[in-house]
Amino acid sequence: MSTLEQLGGDETFPKLLLRNTRRFGERTALREKKFGIWRPVSWRAYLDAVREFSLGLTSLGVRRGDKVAIIGDNRPEWVMAEVAAQAAGGASVGLYQDSNLSEVAYVIDHCDASVVVAEDQEQVDKILDMLDRLPKVRHVIYADPRGLRSYRHPVLLPFERVRALGRTLQASEPRRFEEAVRQGRADDLAIISYTSGTTGFPKGAMLSFRNLLEMALALHEVDPKREADEFVSFLPLAWIGEQMMSLSSALALGFTVNFPEEPETVLENIREIGPHVIFAPPRVWEGLTSSVQVRIMDTTPFKRFLYGRCMPLGERVADLRFARKPVPLHWRVLHGLGHALLFRALKDRLGLSRVRSASTGGAALGPDVFRFFHAMGVPLKQIYGQTEIAGISCIHRQGDIQFHTVGQPIPGTELRISEGGEILSRSGSVFLGYYKNEAATVEALRDGWLHSGDAGHITEDGHLVVIDRLKDVLRLADGTRYSPQFIENRLKFSPYVKEAVVIGGQSRPYLSALLCIDMGIVGKWAERQKIAYTTYTDLSSKPEVYDLLEREVSKVNETLPAAARLRKFVLLYKELDADDEELTRTRKVRRGVVEERYRDVIAAVYGERDAVDIDTTIRFQDGKTARIQARLPVRQMEREVA
Amino acid sequence: MALLDVRNVTLHFRGLTALADVSFAVEQGSIYAIIGPNGAGKTSMLNCVSGVYRPQRGRIAFDGREITALSPALRARLGIARTFQNIALFKGMTVLDNLLVGRHVHQRAGVLAGGFYWGRGQREETAHRVVIEGIVDFLEIQHVRKKVVGTLSYGLQKRVELARALALEPKLLLLDEPMAGMNAEEKEDMARFVVEANEERGTTVVMIEHDMGVVMDLAHRVTVLDFGERIAEGPPDEVRKSQDVQRAYLGEHFGPLEGTGE
Repeated sequence: MSTLEQLGGDETFPKLLLRNTRRFGERTALREKKFGIWRPVSWRAYLDAVREFSLGLTSLGVRRGDKVAIIGDNRPEWVMAEVAAQAAGGASVGLYQDSNLSEVAYVIDHCDASVVVAEDQEQVDKILDMLDRLPKVRHVIYADPRGLRSYRHPVLLPFERVRALGRTLQASEPRRFEEAVRQGRADDLAIISYTSGTTGFPKGAMLSFRNLLEMALALHEVDPKREADEFVSFLPLAWIGEQMMSLSSALALGFTVNFPEEPETVLENIREIGPHVIFAPPRVWEGLTSSVQVRIMDTTPFKRFLYGRCMPLGERVADLRFARKPVPLHWRVLHGLGHALLFRALKDRLGLSRVRSASTGGAALGPDVFRFFHAMGVPLKQIYGQTEIAGISCIHRQGDIQFHTVGQPIPGTELRISEGGEILSRSGSVFLGYYKNEAATVEALRDGWLHSGDAGHITEDGHLVVIDRLKDVLRLADGTRYSPQFIENRLKFSPYVKEAVVIGGQSRPYLSALLCIDMGIVGKWAERQKIAYTTYTDLSSKPEVYDLLEREVSKVNETLPAAARLRKFVLLYKELDADDEELTRTRKVRRGVVEERYRDVIAAVYGERDAVDIDTTIRFQDGKTARIQARLPVRQMEREVA
Repeated sequence: MALLDVRNVTLHFRGLTALADVSFAVEQGSIYAIIGPNGAGKTSMLNCVSGVYRPQRGRIAFDGREITALSPALRARLGIARTFQNIALFKGMTVLDNLLVGRHVHQRAGVLAGGFYWGRGQREETAHRVVIEGIVDFLEIQHVRKKVVGTLSYGLQKRVELARALALEPKLLLLDEPMAGMNAEEKEDMARFVVEANEERGTTVVMIEHDMGVVMDLAHRVTVLDFGERIAEGPPDEVRKSQDVQRAYLGEHFGPLEGTGE
């Protein structure tokens, strides 16, 4: 049943790159905006760069089975370095570009990389700082020489010099590269993807080309991509989701990958490219929604009138389609009118005019946001999966979107729920195991079934519903089971709430929540209410803001069974931050760390006090510290005192 | 030979002496700081160099040529660019347009060729745009290049002003309090840009700055002014130890003068 046969033997990334160059030659493979202009890189130029860099790595001593670590923003050099490492017989290990020193040191050392490819001065500095903890690293290759002029470290090498080394080797052994690529096999280790996990050290999931390509092809069957498609790569390439699009899918299917100018220009660059395929986590979709809503408030009355008339119409039609009911003719006519008057322009503004495949993954997305995009005709779908299954196991099908589910398994994936309620999956994409961590591998992989650690169930029509991490599902004081994440997601669907952590469980008589406000949106709200504020801490402690959030919390409470309702909440004085280890690099809450760090706050909540004094010192990455002193009110939900 | 040579400059405003017999020399490729308390004559000194003020006595030489009597426009043509303490940008124009104005001294197309745009005017503008995009990339302002300057934050406007000065491709860059009113992060960015403009682009920098930490970190040499007089000159470490400097900065009950930054 292997879908891999479609590739006719070109079953590794380097082989696919050769195939694509034969097929497409001068067509654009990659595009990067530099100095204000989009610069294309043809498949031939992509291959040339990979060939030279790969031979350069060989000259530097990279051999079959070696690991090459890569860290930086999304740039052509990133993907070139990955495929080059693989062509030399090695595997690539991506690091999140915002990793701090100890994360960088841990991953590079754990994966045994001898060569690190770093984007720029910022990343080079991190590695040089930690070099005494990285005895295995022999070379650090940088792509952008800016600011590195005066660096004289013996491990440093510019990207171009490595390419030059490769050209020299190419001249003396013209067949060496093709020969090395030919030796590659589908079952070779392609990447090690470190998952930061919500507890403990990151684990390195080993994935073969077979794993990655089977997933890409199976996803393609139900969510097709075309050779002429455009895709914008703006999520961390260390993340499996971006690997799946910018490497597996792009190489297998031949579409063009575009790299934004800077992280700050992503939205503008998306608009310039007008991608056909877009994949983004909920925060991006939520950000787009709120940017539209904010701008509509500031626009001309006429445009506001149009928006006010057309949007409900679009949502009405979207709701009918979600419910799989026929859309009556007059509604279709009205929707067409809405398209001409509003949706077309709106989609163009967001750069979504040409989108055929839009998906969201990594966390839950609120129904309102879903409805918003479907109303204007963007077919947004939810996907679900783990790094350990090469990214994706489930996706919504066209015309079968249900907010509360993550869709159905992609072809070739089997799905079942264990007796304990855990989601298990099996497919050709299930990973080879964790690098140098047999114990964790045994736990995750039993009889070929990947144990996700997620609790869930399957609906009658075959959709998967994900509830929470299995270990987080707890029993309340009265014995009912509840999922903190389920409640947190509902809280986060409110535009004012950026992060939510629900506290409770057996030892505590009721549930409460720690909330972080969304500074941008609450700030805008405060401006309109003529409430003066200075900092995040100040804004968070305003009684008016507490009132606002109380209304949001009580809306959520109305949807929950009595025992699972929130009795109290606190607005935290700072945002949860990955640099403080409160979040993972993919922005998932580390519950243990949060409960430990804010134990005084939690103690005050359950100690029946109505406020808690905070006097804490936060340490910035550069070693500076700042002291925060604040009084956090504990808000009791009025109607819940029964 | 020094790139900028200031000799015995004296400047009066009616009865008030703003600068009294001040001399200093700035070496090619260095970062030079002028510090001093409020009203010490720092900005007056910078204005003498850029040509806004004409000193009554003394002479100023730039790149081996006497410039004391030249107009600011002519000095810009020779390669002297500056930024201002209070941002002086065209607030209603975009960042790109402001930077193109910075290229003005290099523009050769006349009113006619520029006005019709095709041919020579267009080719020239393309060439200027290439230079400007290099600066946009250098100062990391890609995300605002098409924004109207007046809508930007203060810190970003300061950065755009530096960009405009760099668009002139100056040999000598005069910065009047480049870090004033910035938060810690913006200051750090600005310090990095000044160092990089100096190291990567080879621009000689003369700056006025209040933040002693910044001065101690960045400057190769420092002149200290007090009531229009030069009271110390030398590498930052030596100047820091000078008794006169400590008195001028901290009054009579002085203590050791320490850098405040990093």
